[in-house]
Amino acid sequence: MNVIPDYLTSPSDAGTLARLRAGLERAAEAEGLLDVAYTTVDSPVGPLLLAATPKGLVRVAYDIEDHDRVLNTLAQRLSPRVLRAPKRLDAAARELDEYFGGRRQAFDLPLDLSLSRGFRQLVQRHLPEIGYGQTRTYGQVAALVGNPKAVRAVGTACATNPLPLVVPCHRVLPASGGPGRYVGGQEAKVTLLTLEAG
Amino acid sequence: MSEPFEKVVARHGDVVLRVCRVLLGAHDAEDAWSETFLAALRAYPDLPDTANTEAWLVTIAHRKAIDVLRARKRLPAPVEEVPEAPTALGVPGDKDADLWQAVAALPDKQRQAVAYHYVAGLPYAEIAVILGGTTDAARRAAADGIKSLRKNYQGAAMEGAPS
Repeated sequence: MNVIPDYLTSPSDAGTLARLRAGLERAAEAEGLLDVAYTTVDSPVGPLLLAATPKGLVRVAYDIEDHDRVLNTLAQRLSPRVLRAPKRLDAAARELDEYFGGRRQAFDLPLDLSLSRGFRQLVQRHLPEIGYGQTRTYGQVAALVGNPKAVRAVGTACATNPLPLVVPCHRVLPASGGPGRYVGGQEAKVTLLTLEAG
Repeated sequence: MSEPFEKVVARHGDVVLRVCRVLLGAHDAEDAWSETFLAALRAYPDLPDTANTEAWLVTIAHRKAIDVLRARKRLPAPVEEVPEAPTALGVPGDKDADLWQAVAALPDKQRQAVAYHYVAGLPYAEIAVILGGTTDAARRAAADGIKSLRKNYQGAAMEGAPS
């Protein structure tokens, strides 16, 4: 009974599927069902995952964070309605491109900080006050947010920053010297500090 | 469900399109595919983690295809706005047009059973849930459909395929 026309089981045309897939992306956005849109872009610090809710950019992730794992986490914490939909990330991708090209010193993007809470979010809200090319120590940032003793907690807030690059945790350094740890790896941190010192 | 919906589209998009093609022919299949995945995206957060995602998608496609078939039956005789509508069967210029003709000529239940078992690879127990009726009835409908296809489709491209 296994003899059936081969045509029934042959794969669909890839072009047709790509067109249907693009239509789904548009329909999802139009119907308000695109809870998390994402894309990946190339950069001097490796491939970056960019994800946005309707409120704004919600996640920037380095390759070493494992993009598949990051997407799974977004699906669990925000909504499983996650689709690759580069259009919503056009502005973010363009501003990052300008930043890496040395043509932009501050980001002007709506942000969705809902992945962090409490003190961590407070720290992340204040990080953009450290301007391009400047650095602060963890202790100075603790003082900046009005809690000078919370040096370790500032470190945690930087390490768990869901929006690296755009929220510039790379400008926070240990008082003991050296670049210190970074969510994108120490090498990426040095690359960014060198770019901004240029 | 807590897996990104993107993965569902990547994993099942192709098979759902092939199921829709068997149910409706190539032209209407695209609309059915789009409506199926949009409805699936809407309902996805409420789908239990233990659910069989493919069977769930095929169930949605089944309902969407029934809507299309009902709409077709309600359509009056060709009206002047669509005098030269292409056939809804098969890919235009496709050498397998005869096969589509034979698939389209099957009774609905047989065509559905063939699509869900031979294209989607669902077990008959799942198909019985979708079609309503017993597992044996689903198995018989698929077998009768394939028998009829072999009889009515005399094309050369009859090849073995996994069940």
